Amino acid sequence: MPRLNKDQRSLVSLTLNDEAVSGHAEPRMLLSDFLRHELGATGTHVGCEHGVCGACTVRLDGKAIRSCLTLAVQVQGRKIDTVEGLADRDGTLSPLQQAFRECFALQCGFCTPGFLMTISEFLEQYDEPSDAEIRDALSGNICRCSDYNAIVAAVKQTIRQVKSVTS
Amino acid sequence: MKPPTFDYVRAESVQEAVQTLAANGDEARVLAGGQSLMAMLNMRLLHPSVIVDIGAIDALNYVRIDGDEVEIGAAMTQAELWKRPECRQHLPLLTKALPHIGHWQTRNRGTICGSLAHADPSSELPLCLAVTEGSVVLESQSGRRVIKADDFQTGMLSTAKREDEMLIAARFPKARPGIGYGFSEFARRHGDFAIVAVAAVADGSTIRVAVGGIADRPAVLRLGDTDAMDEMLNRFAWELGGTDDIHATAKLRRNLVRTLGKKTIEDALACRG
Ligand code: FES
Ligand code: FES
Repeated sequence: MPRLNKDQRSLVSLTLNDEAVSGHAEPRMLLSDFLRHELGATGTHVGCEHGVCGACTVRLDGKAIRSCLTLAVQVQGRKIDTVEGLADRDGTLSPLQQAFRECFALQCGFCTPGFLMTISEFLEQYDEPSDAEIRDALSGNICRCSDYNAIVAAVKQTIRQVKSVTS
Repeated sequence: MKPPTFDYVRAESVQEAVQTLAANGDEARVLAGGQSLMAMLNMRLLHPSVIVDIGAIDALNYVRIDGDEVEIGAAMTQAELWKRPECRQHLPLLTKALPHIGHWQTRNRGTICGSLAHADPSSELPLCLAVTEGSVVLESQSGRRVIKADDFQTGMLSTAKREDEMLIAARFPKARPGIGYGFSEFARRHGDFAIVAVAAVADGSTIRVAVGGIADRPAVLRLGDTDAMDEMLNRFAWELGGTDDIHATAKLRRNLVRTLGKKTIEDALACRG
C-alpha cells in the first residue's frame, strides 16, 4: 500500500487514445489538468471544475466520466479516451462529429468535447434510443450558446447513418 | 478550483483502508467514486491530510443476495448496480430511483455506499434506505457493526459512522410478493438536487412514505391505509418545516409533499406484485 506524499510527483502511465503515454502528477492533480497540462491533450475542456457542466467528460475504460472529479493518480495503468481520438488520423471526422457539423450542433464549441464523449458511450449502449433517453443521457452536459435540439438531431442522424452503413 | 494538497493512499484491502483511518483520525477521508468528495475538495470545503482510495478494492465490488437482504459492496457504482439483474429482480425501488441520481457520467463513477456515507438530505439513496428500513455495515480495526438506516443518518451530511470506521456495504431488504414500491422526484433539471423526492413502500396493511429534500435527513411517515392519506400527508408537509430559498418556496415544498406523496403511494399500491 504505497502512500504518495502530497508534494511528491509520481509517474502516471496510461493508454491515451490507444497510445501508451506517461506524465507526472502530485496526488491532488485532477485528471483534467493532467491531460491538458502534462500530456498536452487540450481537447478536453474545463468549465466548472466541480462536476456540474460536463465539459471535461472523457472515457475511462470505456465509461464516460467527469475528469475534473477524478485524480490523475487514479488512472494509473488504465485506458482513457478523449475527443482527440474520435477523428481518423488523417483528420476525417467520425460519423458523430460529422453529424454535429451538419446539424449545427455547436457554436463556440466549448462544451462539444464533453457532449461527444458522453454520446459516444451512450451510442454503444443504446441502438434505438427514444428522444427522452437521448435527452436524459445528455442532461449532464451543459451548452450555453448552441441549441440542444440540434444536438439531439445530430445524435439521431448518427444513429440513422451508422445503421444504413451496417445494414 | 483545484483541491488542496493531501497524501494519497490506494488501499488494496479493507484492512489496509481501516488501518489508515485508525492512524489518521479525522484527518483522513475515504474516496470511493468521488462524485461528492472530489467536488467538495475542488471547492475547498474540506482539507483532509490523507485520502484513502477504496475504489480499487475488488473485494468490495459486489452485489449479493443474503437471505432476505441484498448486500451491495462499497465499490459498486450506481450505473453498474442498475445494469445488474439482481437489481431488476430484487430491488425494484432502486431500479426506479437510480436513474434520478445525478447524470450519466456521475453514475458511472458514483457508488451506492458513497452516497449513503455522504448523507446529503436531498439524495435518493439515503431516502431509499430509510423507506425500506435497510442498514449499513461499518468496519474498523476494532470490528464490524451493522446499523439501521434510521440510526445511521443523524442529520445533514452527518452519520453515526466514527472517524476510524468505513462503510463497507449497504443492505436493502429483498422485494417480496405483495409489496409495491414507488419513487418520484421534483427537480429543476433532471439530475439536479431534488427539491422534493418521495419514496414509498406499500403492502396490504402498512404504507411507508419517505420524503427527502426538506428536513435535514429523510423523514418517514407510516400509514395503516389510504383512508386518511390526504390529511396525514398535509400534516406531514407542515411538520417537515420547509423554508423559502432560491430554489423553491416553502409553500411549493408543502404542495409537493401532498401531491407527489399521494402519487407515489398510489404508484406503490398499483404495482404490488
Ligand atoms: S469541468 Fe468537469 S464537470 Fe464542469
Ligand atoms: S457550443 Fe458554445 S457552449 Fe455549447
